[in-house]
Amino acid sequence: MTDTEFLLWVRGPAFNIATFILCAGVVIRFLEIVLLGRKTDLAEARGSAAAGGFRTMLMRTVPDAGSFQRSGFTLISGYIFHIGLFIVILLFVPHILVFETATGLSWPGLPSNVIDAVNVVTMIALLAVLVHRIKDPVMRMLSGFADYLVWFVTFLPLLTGYLAFHRVGLSASMLIGLHILSVELLMILFPFTKLSHAFTLWLARWYNGAIAGYKGVQS
Amino acid sequence: MSKDKTLGETLRERGVSRRSFLKFCATTASMMALPPAMIPVIAATLEKVRRPSVIWLSFQECTGCTESITRSHSATIEDLIFDTISLDYHHTLQAAAGSAAEHAREEAMQENHGNYILVVDGSIPGDNNGYSTIAGISNKDMLMDVAAGAAAIVAVGSCAAFGGIPKADPNPTGAVSVSDLVKDKPIVNVPGCPPIPAVITGVLVQFLTFGLPELDQLGRPAAFYGQSIHDRCYRRPFYDKGLFANSFDDEGAKKGWCLFKLGCKGPTTYNACAVTKWNDGTSFPIEAGHPCLGCSEPDFWDAGSFYKALSVPTEAIGKTAVYAGAAGLIAGAALGASLRARKQSAVKNHERVTIDDLDQES
Amino acid sequence: MTADGMPATDFAASSPCAPPTGNLIPLLHEIRHALTRWLEQREEHVIDLRSIPLAPGEEDRLLEQLGAGEVQARLSVLGPSDIIETRYPGVWLTTHYNEDENIIGRFIEVCEVPGILKSQLEDSRAGLGRLENDLSNAETTA
Repeated sequence: MTDTEFLLWVRGPAFNIATFILCAGVVIRFLEIVLLGRKTDLAEARGSAAAGGFRTMLMRTVPDAGSFQRSGFTLISGYIFHIGLFIVILLFVPHILVFETATGLSWPGLPSNVIDAVNVVTMIALLAVLVHRIKDPVMRMLSGFADYLVWFVTFLPLLTGYLAFHRVGLSASMLIGLHILSVELLMILFPFTKLSHAFTLWLARWYNGAIAGYKGVQS
Repeated sequence: MSKDKTLGETLRERGVSRRSFLKFCATTASMMALPPAMIPVIAATLEKVRRPSVIWLSFQECTGCTESITRSHSATIEDLIFDTISLDYHHTLQAAAGSAAEHAREEAMQENHGNYILVVDGSIPGDNNGYSTIAGISNKDMLMDVAAGAAAIVAVGSCAAFGGIPKADPNPTGAVSVSDLVKDKPIVNVPGCPPIPAVITGVLVQFLTFGLPELDQLGRPAAFYGQSIHDRCYRRPFYDKGLFANSFDDEGAKKGWCLFKLGCKGPTTYNACAVTKWNDGTSFPIEAGHPCLGCSEPDFWDAGSFYKALSVPTEAIGKTAVYAGAAGLIAGAALGASLRARKQSAVKNHERVTIDDLDQES
Repeated sequence: MTADGMPATDFAASSPCAPPTGNLIPLLHEIRHALTRWLEQREEHVIDLRSIPLAPGEEDRLLEQLGAGEVQARLSVLGPSDIIETRYPGVWLTTHYNEDENIIGRFIEVCEVPGILKSQLEDSRAGLGRLENDLSNAETTA
């Protein structure tokens, strides 16, 4: 298979399959969670479940002082790489074009060399997170194959994106093709691993907030 | 066609002064991007070169490559034909026709067996050899026959190098490239649709002066195909700044911004267009406002639309997402219902939640 | 400023993003070093102006700076070529044109005189042959 054919395949049928698995998977997982439901609380409501739910969805974004003390490193490096990921994925014009193809929506992007710098910072933050996971005894004990897989599958698109942007080593078609392939890997694994936290976190925050709000306590 | 004389001797015979020869060497070195110190080397080498016989075979082609080489100004085709090489066979340019022409070819092949250069433009039909014939001889037979006695082969144009437009979907003639058929001779691919005139002549002169040039993994001379258009494009600062034209003739296009969004294949295309340009350095497609087609890459006709950006999927993934969502709804509803039933039966049977249940991943 | 007199629209120069690459001063320094070496060691130096990515207008400023000195020669060799000694003696500017008056090469040479300007031995030998021929013709008819 030539480099051109490879790039064409990842931009064509492979992307289609990955999109299908991603979208179907997310919907299936969402329905699984929602249909399982929660045990009905038979006590009398002391507050509003909905208010608690909405409030928690938003306020949990801001960590409390205790979290900072307990796991400051995880918090800061986590924020850095998450924000970095959002910037690199959503504000790089070639990526915006992909979203435009899928949804018809478009928005302005950032200069490409700014994205490049943010990419490097994000990769460093991810590496730091990995080192911490391996060295901290509690994290090491808690971590399983799936955790390392998820880290790898998140890091790979950043790395291949960097190599494609700077055209290091292989032909441009091959590098761009490998980058898109690594994103497809991420897409396929997204609904079936902890990566799904991207949408389940909203459900989790809602449930926690609703349960506490119903009881009339702070969540 | 006596080949005993050197190029220097032949030039003098024709009344071409050594001064003219020196000018030719200087401008050729400049065009090949060689340092001026190499000019005496080129002069000394070319002086002693015995004019190689060149046989040019044209197969399934549009004659664009011949048109391109006749536009080459640095070494005019007349210079090339009469002085540097002995072009013993070329359909469009030769005066002879019919059996006289074929006879000239056979004579050149016999006289110079093992030493002549074979230049090919156009692809070769693979399915039915009768699709393209010359004087009743199929392209494939002629290629293999002439290639057998050639010192080296230069495949000029994307058709000869990679199959080109005849090979584009649905490839009705089963077109293949020269390197698909000839396996035992050195082949230099000079792709482009057409290749830049100066590149064609530059490769021929480079080959005559220094032998086989350094080739990349697609058999292209690294001197001309070593850089991508993207890496030498004068609009690169706009790409870096994130300033793109959104459509032809919009504000961005008028300001000369990057054409990535309009489908430019510059990043994946290797050629000299951005540096050497066309029409003696006048301009090239991007400078004229049109995104690069990627014409020096294999299968560029079928590489996803010319007007879809490189990062964009080629299929309608929006529709796929909707279908997937619908499929997910059905599957998810069924799965959810069965899980719910399982949960309810577990509650009814007062099953305990164990540590293993909590440990489950997903 | 094309050779046939048509005004060339300098798009890049009018664009706000034409980066000034500042090649003029370093190039002049290179010429200065070459001239020094030539005076001290008779070492010649050639600069191919087409090998340097010059921003639009820079080549003109360079040629303006070099100016014209005492010598101007026009050659007819496979199309015209212009050789001038700039206003810095020893620094020569050679411009090669093809038969359609398009520029196909431009060099700055630091030397006593560019090699292409000198009479070539092979050409002189051929010329001698022609002279002997012409003489013998003239003598027989006289």
